[in-house]
Amino acid sequence: MKKILSLVLAMLLLTAFAACNTTVEVDEDTYADGDQYSYIGGELNVLNWGEYIDEELIALFEQETGVKVNYIEMTSNEEMLIKLRSSDSPYDLCFPSDYIIEQMIREDMLQPLDYSKIPNAKNIDPKMIEITNVFDPGNKYSLPYMWGTVGILYNTDMVDEPVTSWGILWDEKYAGQIYMYDSLRDSIGITLKYLGYEMNTRSEEEVAAARDKLIEQAPIRKGWGTDDLRSTMENGKAAMCVIYSGDAFCSMDGHENLAYAVPEEGSNVWFDNVIIPKTAKNIEAAHAFINFLNDANIAARNTEYIGYTTPNKAALDILGSDYTEDETYNPPQDILDRCEVFHDLGDFTDVFTKAWSAIKSSN
Amino acid sequence: MKRKYFAYPYIVWMILFIVVPMVFIFYYAFNVDGTWTFKKCWETLSDGQKWRVLLLSVEIAFGTTAICLLLGYPIAYILSNMKKSVAGFISVLFFVPMWMNFVLRTYAWRAILEYALPNILGSKTTLTGTAGAVLMVLVYDFLPFMVMPLYNTLSKLDKSLLEASRDLGADGRKTFFRVVLPLSVPGIVSGITMVFVPAITAFTVPALIGNGNYNLYGNEIEQAFKVLAGKGDYSIGSTLSIILLICVLISTAIMNHFDNDKEGGSLL
Repeated sequence: MKKILSLVLAMLLLTAFAACNTTVEVDEDTYADGDQYSYIGGELNVLNWGEYIDEELIALFEQETGVKVNYIEMTSNEEMLIKLRSSDSPYDLCFPSDYIIEQMIREDMLQPLDYSKIPNAKNIDPKMIEITNVFDPGNKYSLPYMWGTVGILYNTDMVDEPVTSWGILWDEKYAGQIYMYDSLRDSIGITLKYLGYEMNTRSEEEVAAARDKLIEQAPIRKGWGTDDLRSTMENGKAAMCVIYSGDAFCSMDGHENLAYAVPEEGSNVWFDNVIIPKTAKNIEAAHAFINFLNDANIAARNTEYIGYTTPNKAALDILGSDYTEDETYNPPQDILDRCEVFHDLGDFTDVFTKAWSAIKSSN
Repeated sequence: MKRKYFAYPYIVWMILFIVVPMVFIFYYAFNVDGTWTFKKCWETLSDGQKWRVLLLSVEIAFGTTAICLLLGYPIAYILSNMKKSVAGFISVLFFVPMWMNFVLRTYAWRAILEYALPNILGSKTTLTGTAGAVLMVLVYDFLPFMVMPLYNTLSKLDKSLLEASRDLGADGRKTFFRVVLPLSVPGIVSGITMVFVPAITAFTVPALIGNGNYNLYGNEIEQAFKVLAGKGDYSIGSTLSIILLICVLISTAIMNHFDNDKEGGSLL
């Protein structure tokens, strides 16, 4: 009996593995170029968000370069900052967001990139380079890894009007069916946009107005969510929520009744860039890994796995119109034109933090 | 043989995991960038919004404790009057869920409230994100902590006292209120302490069941650390922790005052 049981279990495991392996085939010749990936060795400590890389690619990189990659996950930019600030920080590579990179540059925490070691940087869309220059002039310290917008994911069975304004989040028709994103900058940011202000405002009155608007929303708001919003929306348990475009894109795949919109008042366009901290030990391997990630085939496979948008133009060419024509995955220029990048707010962050505490305890 | 040597590992443990963290909390609360100051601490104390969160936490903790007591006392009473073997079996059934991790059980409740129950009831929206849901899951999680000390006290009750009460002409109700209830005070007191203290410091349940709508004090402390950690500012979170610690100490002190017999599982 026991034997049969373990046999069945083994079979199940095998099929599970087989199921995992049905991703896009990476053309071995493209990246297995001897000149590009010579033996480096040593260890590389990578600090990244959870589920934010195709782990098979890590194995591939290890195989190519002999580098042992230790992949450590983080849950917030703030957690990452604490880890990188410690005097014996072991991390060689990290993927923080835009405004945090601005802060890190200000605090002189980053290692300038050596572009002679990243020939694949040429694959990155010049348009993306231009936008990221806003927080890292000349991309001296960072290269875009993934990017996207913030918008509204809604269920067309419950919402039969077009979503064009953030105002729909305050519409009493949808009382108890609205989820907001549980993140200080995003939620206050879109409210500022709705009120006609800038997301990076330095005006206390404007932040106070956004705070009052979000407190006013409390009776009709079902709650705050983050990663759990995807399953809530996919199961039809809410009419709409604020969400990142990458998550929306994943949820809409296979759920025809879900749609995503970036309201006309404008929104946030965000970037997670790859950086090398000043304290990095294996700088050679760090550069090789950045170069590896920007290889067209690797980037294509990675974005397909994660579902977030790659800034890698060569990868988009491989993926084709399913991706490039999708407005959620690859927002067209007119959407980008009304989006703002977050900036580091410096000491003004305190004003946002206070407003956030008041909002979160308003129920 | 000097017995006190056996206590050394415990002392080391206490210093490492109780004293040292406390020192850190006090250090970060009163020390900003290397200078000792009450300024930051005072700013946190004068923030009315933080006190409102504390009030909500105290309210919810009171509610949880009261409901646990009202539900737990009859359960413990019935159990204590059963045959020992049956009572043992039933109380095991009662405590089996506690062998499973607390966070997992809370996640299970989340699935029930979000999908299972609405589907059965045919409701369109989820049942999470309400004060009632938070309260209910808190009661579920802490009920065994109320039943356990009550059952211990009630089952040790000298049955001849009840017979004496009957002999002297008291009816069932009178016996309960004049004999059983006063004698079970130690159990009630330690039950209240064991529910109230974890309830006021609750963190997982409001976070998972409350949809972020019911931020309690624990969540406020987390928020203070998470949002401000990027700036290396731990003072607000530490000050809030000290306030919570004082609340816990006060409630335990009050409970100890009532608990003259020092029976049951007091926390201090």
